[in-house]
Amino acid sequence: MVKRWIEKFYVGLVLFMLYAPIAILIVCSFNASKSRRVWGGFTFQWYIELFQDEAVIEAVRTSLMLTTVAAVVAVLLGTLASIGITVMGQKKQQVIMTVTNIPMLNADVVTGIAIMLLFGRFWNLGYFSMLAAHITLGVPYVILNVMPKLQQTSVSTYEAALDLGASPVYAFIKIVLPDIMPGIFSGFLLAFTISLDDFVITYFTKGAGMNTISTMIYQQVRRGINPKMYALSTILFLLILLVLWVANRISARQVQETRG
Amino acid sequence: MRKLWHWMNKRKLLTGPYLLWAVGFIILPLLMIIYYGLTSSDGGFTLENLLAIGDPIHYKALGQSLLIAFGSTCISLIIAYPLAYILSKNQGSKKGIIIMLFILPMWINFLLRVLALQMILANTGILNGILNFFGLPSQHLLYTRTAILIGMTYDYLPFMILPIYNAMCKIDRDLIHAAADLGAGNKLIFRKIILPLSMPGVISGIIMVFVPSISEFAIADILGGSKILLIGNVIEQEFSLTNNWHLGSGLSIVLMVFIFISMAVMNKNDAEGEGQMIW
Amino acid sequence: MKKFKVYLCLLVASGVLLGGCGGSETENVTDSGNTLVVFNYGDYIDFTTIEMFEKETGIRVEYEQYVTPEDMYTKYQSGNIPYDLICTSDYMVEKMIRNGEAKKIDTDSMEYYDNLDPTYLEFCQAFDAENEYAVPYFWGTVGILYNTELVDEEVDSWDILWNEKYENQIIMENSMRDAFEVPLKWKGKSLNTTDEEELREAQAMLMDQKKLVMAYMVDESRDAMIAGDAALAVIYSGDATAAMEANENLDYVVPEEGSNIWFDCWMIPDSCKHQENAQKFIDFMNREDIARINFDYVYYGTPNKAVYDGLDEETKEDYTIFPEDDTLEKCEVYKYLGSEAESFYNQLWKELKAY
Repeated sequence: MVKRWIEKFYVGLVLFMLYAPIAILIVCSFNASKSRRVWGGFTFQWYIELFQDEAVIEAVRTSLMLTTVAAVVAVLLGTLASIGITVMGQKKQQVIMTVTNIPMLNADVVTGIAIMLLFGRFWNLGYFSMLAAHITLGVPYVILNVMPKLQQTSVSTYEAALDLGASPVYAFIKIVLPDIMPGIFSGFLLAFTISLDDFVITYFTKGAGMNTISTMIYQQVRRGINPKMYALSTILFLLILLVLWVANRISARQVQETRG
Repeated sequence: MRKLWHWMNKRKLLTGPYLLWAVGFIILPLLMIIYYGLTSSDGGFTLENLLAIGDPIHYKALGQSLLIAFGSTCISLIIAYPLAYILSKNQGSKKGIIIMLFILPMWINFLLRVLALQMILANTGILNGILNFFGLPSQHLLYTRTAILIGMTYDYLPFMILPIYNAMCKIDRDLIHAAADLGAGNKLIFRKIILPLSMPGVISGIIMVFVPSISEFAIADILGGSKILLIGNVIEQEFSLTNNWHLGSGLSIVLMVFIFISMAVMNKNDAEGEGQMIW
Repeated sequence: MKKFKVYLCLLVASGVLLGGCGGSETENVTDSGNTLVVFNYGDYIDFTTIEMFEKETGIRVEYEQYVTPEDMYTKYQSGNIPYDLICTSDYMVEKMIRNGEAKKIDTDSMEYYDNLDPTYLEFCQAFDAENEYAVPYFWGTVGILYNTELVDEEVDSWDILWNEKYENQIIMENSMRDAFEVPLKWKGKSLNTTDEEELREAQAMLMDQKKLVMAYMVDESRDAMIAGDAALAVIYSGDATAAMEANENLDYVVPEEGSNIWFDCWMIPDSCKHQENAQKFIDFMNREDIARINFDYVYYGTPNKAVYDGLDEETKEDYTIFPEDDTLEKCEVYKYLGSEAESFYNQLWKELKAY
């Protein structure tokens, strides 16, 4: 019994440590004083100003769109690539996996500047350069998550389907895909997370007049972060919590339904 | 049989789009970095950018980076392993929620979170406020190496928790039950079953934390008061401050090689190829 | 399963479409003739003035921001975005003038140019000999911000920053030139010296000081001082003003040995594609009502005489925004030191950080 309590306490402690800074940011978003260290009274003013600030809203739109598209494309490219890679010979596999790992292992600065150089030479910086950089960043995570799942998938069920007359594509969608779905999902999640929070690479590859949430915040560091940013973070955080809660309720209901 | 072979050949083509992409966006930029790294500003070939790692400032910076990365990796591992174990014991439909719960903090902008940490660790900050309330002395934490370690651990902890958690979830419960039936005590079960089977996850976690930590510099600047020079600082400064892209690229190449060597060493201990698992 | 497939396809399709839309947007804007690409420090303008400019002239403004002049220069050099107008610090303006990267500004055709106080234009001649390339936007000094509750002695010299009594209570600027100017000015040298011996001496003093330094900061020094984390900080005058307003125990002084006076100016880089629009923008910024709006927002020293005359006595007497004349006399503008001296400086700075 004691053991259970210690375990729960430990989990709670770690969660507390992870979320404490976020809680502070939420508190800051209601602070009437711009300073992070002085409390100036409770206010909603930053939330109001946030919704009136076009530049910030634009940055949020850019961030969300960029991240979503980048993650989706990364999943497509990565999943297809994983399928192809699993049937390749050992040597080829290793080569490709090494190449894939490069963006993940390189310092952010280097990847960002490398892509900036590339686009500078042959094209122009704009939305696409940013997107390309984010996709490149995300694909390794997708491959690293989908590959193991693929390797675990039993080929025999797939072969059985083929034998029973299913077309390869149909068999793939009905049998292999559900099996690797967790891998795809986690790959998507990681690619999304990495892209959403990225700053360095976005900074070097973005086009004129564009901003993501990260670059916008970084630019404010010199003169002081506008509390609108805290308000923004709070809203995003609460939104995601809401989605989580809804998803939890849905899955709980599903479990109930299958039982009943 | 022929059908399978035929189909397998077609499958290889699926890698096509990605390969094109990789060539365009990974290989080409890499070649540009190598180009810059091996030339000097007057266009001639030179090894000086690579050999610059021999400069005391640079290898000291690299050393500091390795030290801090190693430290934060160890701490993350110590915190994450028990946590993953506890969480994996109560799995089920909650799995997705648990994972989201630990990824969620990473969706709040990293800079803001570090600044919040600053507030907590400052001399007149929240942590000291709480300590003082209980009559304990103030800790001077901010702008020390300790603060950097705390910050890095905090930032990369989810990356350590998730792979280990996943690996542990995969462990077939039947194995544990069988062992218990055969008379094995908890300690033995842990040592012989859980520990080895969770290793791929541990290795994944170590890689995902250690490698990015080496080139990290923002956290050191904000929480360390910019008093320590890390290899990440050096490379970033060469690109943005000094405008010496050649030196920056040269050092990046050295860093890349270094990282690849350490990864190769780690992968040797994991012949199954399962070490790449993150989920 | 089928539903899921449908959803996935829709998601991908909409994503690609939206993504594509985002792309074409930028292409259109950069091609259209009536635009202006402005590159400025972060949070350094009141956006309503930009909106007013767009309304009155019909020119569409693309506003880019950067953190340090070196960041700016990197992006400018990569040539990816053709900036029409850049606002940056004196030494960077000078560097670009020297490299032939600046275009002359036709100040005669500017209606409101005379709003600028000649005293400051004269200062600017240190880096722009005939006031042909730069138009000052904001200016200020670098000095010591100190907490009167934590510092019980008179603060009038740089030497207090080496006083062991304040171990771990000192904040230095995390910027190469601003850090070095402290020991240099203290020992009576010019902050523009390129003499290797003098610089080495300054570096030695900084290394000595490092154990007393709590942190090297750029922005957070203001918040840290307001919260009482440190006793002394080297800081820009503009930040000092803001800090003093939030915490009445704080005071600011430009030490008697002198310090740096800095100017952030508008300049037209040679990548400019819309020179006329750029000039219109600069002129607009000098108009009294516009300059006043920006002054109220940024609160740094303004070189605009018309705005100054319109201020109330209290603001005019605020010595953090508008220091006394004899203080100004001891101050120097940063000059661009040439690439060789810069390399040497960078090396010294790296060594200090690694120490």
